[in-house]
Amino acid sequence: MLTPAILGLLVFFVYPLVANLYYSFTSYDLLSPPRWIGLRNYTYLFTQDPRVAAAALNTLWLVLIMVPIKILASLGVAGLLMKARRVSGFWRTVFYLPALVPPVASVVAFVFLFNPGSGPVNAALRSVGIAGPLWFNDPQWSKPTLVVLAIWVMGDVMIIFLASLLNVPREQHEAAALDGANAAQRIVYVTLPAIAPVILFAAVTGAIAALQYFTEAAVASGVASGKSGVYTKLSDVMGYPADSLLTYTEWLYARGFGSFQLGYAAALAVVLFVVTAVFMGLLLRRFDAFNPDGRS
Amino acid sequence: MNHNTQSRHRVLNFIADNTILAVLGALFIAPIVLVLLTSFMSGRQTLTASWWPDPWEWDNYVKAFTEVPLASWFANSTMYAVLSTVFMIVSSVPAAYVLAKIKFRFSNVIFLAIIVAMLLPPQVTIVPIYVMWAKIGLTGTLWPLILPNLLGSAFSIFLLRQFFLTIPSAYADAARVDGAGEVGVLLKVMVPMTRSGIAAAAIFQFFYSWNDFFGPLLYTSENQQAWPVAYGLATFHGSHGTDWGMTMAVTMLVTLPVVIVFFFAQRVFVEGINLTGVTG
Repeated sequence: MLTPAILGLLVFFVYPLVANLYYSFTSYDLLSPPRWIGLRNYTYLFTQDPRVAAAALNTLWLVLIMVPIKILASLGVAGLLMKARRVSGFWRTVFYLPALVPPVASVVAFVFLFNPGSGPVNAALRSVGIAGPLWFNDPQWSKPTLVVLAIWVMGDVMIIFLASLLNVPREQHEAAALDGANAAQRIVYVTLPAIAPVILFAAVTGAIAALQYFTEAAVASGVASGKSGVYTKLSDVMGYPADSLLTYTEWLYARGFGSFQLGYAAALAVVLFVVTAVFMGLLLRRFDAFNPDGRS
Repeated sequence: MNHNTQSRHRVLNFIADNTILAVLGALFIAPIVLVLLTSFMSGRQTLTASWWPDPWEWDNYVKAFTEVPLASWFANSTMYAVLSTVFMIVSSVPAAYVLAKIKFRFSNVIFLAIIVAMLLPPQVTIVPIYVMWAKIGLTGTLWPLILPNLLGSAFSIFLLRQFFLTIPSAYADAARVDGAGEVGVLLKVMVPMTRSGIAAAAIFQFFYSWNDFFGPLLYTSENQQAWPVAYGLATFHGSHGTDWGMTMAVTMLVTLPVVIVFFFAQRVFVEGINLTGVTG
């Protein structure tokens, strides 16, 4: 009964990992067979590639800024739902609903809402006398606008926090209150330690997701640039505006499948694998569910 | 503090908390409402500051189907999502059962490989996998995204295993004593007891395929006939000038099936999310 799954692992996981390492030492365009070029892809990657630094820095920005903000926002809303005793039903659905919207749909909607000319956000700002920024069309604002989107779709993380907050034993709160702890102290000494593992889990899985951040940035660049049409290759507008939205995986895609430099894309993939492995190692060490002997 | 001020304090707290929630909730719902209203506006009206449709342009939802091959995009999405889900269940349920309930040599290694395969960004292995499908000649279609589900999906196997672990082995043992083979135990004992888990895995798979953008971009961007609707939506605005009204109508149409499935299966779905968000 396990045979298909083992075959699947071999064909779609083990073989591609090994083959990718091989391709990374070659020059390959799919038309002629791969040609061995040693470490040249890697020296180009680390010393010459004109856009890889921008791509890597944008991705790092997402890991260091977008992920923590999203976690704080989900924690805040989950805490608020607990405090107002609105843990189930209507309110939970309200805050969860945006997470359901297909990512492409939510980005297209956000590019409309935040479009500088007629967008409802800038219209609302104008009505109170504020000249809104250009959002997705301004290299300074494009990533922060994606953070707003990330907060809007925080529902999946929030649900996990909500479940773990519900698991904190009431008695611990009551005992702390009897000992004279005020509300803030109870959060710091009772709630946070109890849910710390869940926060760590959300942070590490969030970081792994941010390392492969692709759809939202690519679609935002495509639609905001006005060139998302049938006749423009998406890889030609990736990064718009001014490479501020060029992520590492977009660059991998553009080199590999926009200009079919598959060997070079494989080298970019090897570097991505090494970076991701650090975070995966952390998850495997710290979480029982990822341990073969652990239970749920 | 006497009893009266204490209860007044509590009432004020209640009002404060719920006011914050109401304001935040309104902010979270506002994008959906604005998109819905805009989807009923003419292209020209979307360029003005007014946010209430005048007149109501119901036609947007009809015109969209003639502007682009929207009907066949929906058909492609449906095929992609339904076949992936069915294939995933057939292959992943037995694998998850074996990993959860039967001890054998290398089971730990296989489980570890599944975890790493699940966590690994798809872009890490995409070059060799693309080359493989190009050599078979299936690039330009959605099959490279559907067929692998016949050989199990790492995330689904992980999720289903978590559900199987919650079922006491005594049930399976009793069936074995009565002479049932492993396939019989799985189909007659375990599957009926993990129906909600299988439903959760199915819904996750359906949403994943319906929402997928990277896969269709990689394999079908050159062949408009094969596009699923999520990919088509990403190209819609640029190809149709600046008609935000119709673009928002398509945005609503892409979202609708997901929301409908969610409301029918909310309980199962939330349970599934909580099983993936593990405690330490």
